[in-house]
Amino acid sequence: MTRYLGMSLLLGPLLVVSAWAQNSTLDEIARYRAQLQDGNPAELWEARGEDMWKQKRGPKQVSLEQCDLGKGRGVVKGAYAEMPRYFADADRVMDLETRLLHCMMTVQGFSKTDATRRVFGSGSNRSDFEALAAWITSESKGVVMKVSLNHPKAQRAYELGEKAFYFRGGPHDFSCATCHAEDNKRIRLQDLPNLTQKKGAQLGYTTWPAYRVSQGELRTFQWRLYDCFRQQRFPELEFASELSIALTTFLAYNANGAAFNAPAIKR
Amino acid sequence: MKPVYWALPAVVSVLVAAGCATGPRQMEAVTVEDLKIIKASFRAQGQAGLDRLDQDEAQKHCSNPPTVTIAKELAARIEKANFAAIQYPADGNLMGDWRAGERIAQTGVGMQFSDNPKTPSGGNCYACHQVSKEEISFGTIGPSLYNYGKLRGGASPEMQRYTYGRIYNSQAFTACSNMPRFGHNGILTEEQIKDVTALLLDPNSPVNK
Ligand code: HEC
Ligand code: HEC
Repeated sequence: MTRYLGMSLLLGPLLVVSAWAQNSTLDEIARYRAQLQDGNPAELWEARGEDMWKQKRGPKQVSLEQCDLGKGRGVVKGAYAEMPRYFADADRVMDLETRLLHCMMTVQGFSKTDATRRVFGSGSNRSDFEALAAWITSESKGVVMKVSLNHPKAQRAYELGEKAFYFRGGPHDFSCATCHAEDNKRIRLQDLPNLTQKKGAQLGYTTWPAYRVSQGELRTFQWRLYDCFRQQRFPELEFASELSIALTTFLAYNANGAAFNAPAIKR
Repeated sequence: MKPVYWALPAVVSVLVAAGCATGPRQMEAVTVEDLKIIKASFRAQGQAGLDRLDQDEAQKHCSNPPTVTIAKELAARIEKANFAAIQYPADGNLMGDWRAGERIAQTGVGMQFSDNPKTPSGGNCYACHQVSKEEISFGTIGPSLYNYGKLRGGASPEMQRYTYGRIYNSQAFTACSNMPRFGHNGILTEEQIKDVTALLLDPNSPVNK
């Protein structure tokens, strides 16, 4: 488990060996996170994303300011706190990344292949989606989550997301619920939010996207789902797929009422 | 963990009744249309094919919130079918090497689309259980197994059979168990299951110190 190893190496210097009792370890981790909160490298992604939003790009040489994130063309402030949402122009529910893909294709004229060449960045191979999502979500910081299920398609997405959350499969019989449906559970030392309860969903949802210290990358909610499905031993989740939107709708709606608080920083 | 899973049948039925009155509703079954959307949302990658989304009977009936307890007859049917499928080692020897077992318990690699299929899988027991006293980085999805053998009267033939069987297929004993069916689904080999059985039962294992 290199991931756990990585974490203990990172935390090593902070830990007093005689304080290896469980609770104080967790307290140390909380303090570590609080310290990191002072300077979040996510700001680098936010700055790049803001530039990218305003640049004329793609075959049509148009900027994404022509893109409607649900609150009118070019309006970014508070948009993420109401996503996923139903978009009449596409007649479907979209989360942020799916909407961005839609705008890259319809507004800027990118092909789907070109637009999705790099959905998750790695080192110098950077992802446009991660930068754009970092900036756009930062413009909802402090805004209260208010996802609506008024449209039947949004209601349907929520219900599918809920079913998918409990859907067990694969060689390990895992579903999201195996790891995220009870209070106060951990895998190794990592706390697992109970995403079926308001408090857990608010904590787990409103803190993504996040800069991941262990990866040196900013990751979006699409990535969070992608990586949890990997740990679930499922096949590879398709970026901007119906199921990813449904699960995001389920979790985002459950987080309603909480102030959005990302891009955050995580281990 | 909810005590429901380990309780005696009589206690279970009482809790079931209480659970139904207060818990959330049972999930509606996944429809053909749902399944089509789910399948279209994944692509086969590495060793993880789309067939991983085909549910067997246990998976189908256990896709509920943890507060929902399925009907007693159904649970009994799942347990019976899973129990009947346990393959005990032909030579009747159920205890391997606890030192190898400890390494298997520590290792979480295996079966992910990003894993090399040639690398043997681990059991990742520590992800969910306290096992030895020395390892403080353990999860809490399952009960503590520290002193497991010692508290259960040692490595009697019955305990060996139960422990090997529990690791091989947890749902033979508890329908809808959250513990992977390590033997049934080919995550661990017979040899590896013997090793973790020894880890839990061998009097010299750190588990029983
Ligand atoms: C085998 C265990 C496992 C399964 C199954 C699993 N997760 Fe996770 N999940 C984790 C762990 C561990 C973390 C903590 C992440 C970290 O720090 O790497 C996490 C983190 C998360 C977070 C972020 C929480 C936060 O506070 O940052 C969300 C949201 C999430 N998971 C959603 C899901 C969804 C939705 C599914 C099902 C598609 C799922 N998980 C399946 C283990 C799992
Ligand atoms: C994803 C979580 C998970 C993992 C991984 C896991 N277990 Fe479990 N285990 C559980 C749960 C939950 C229970 C409680 C019984 C139940 O609900 O089925 C359990 C129960 C048990 C029991 C029965 C305890 C008793 O009191 O009778 C044994 C033995 C056991 N596990 C051994 C192991 C071993 C050995 C491994 C690794 C090879 C392992 N487990 C991996 C979740 C897990």
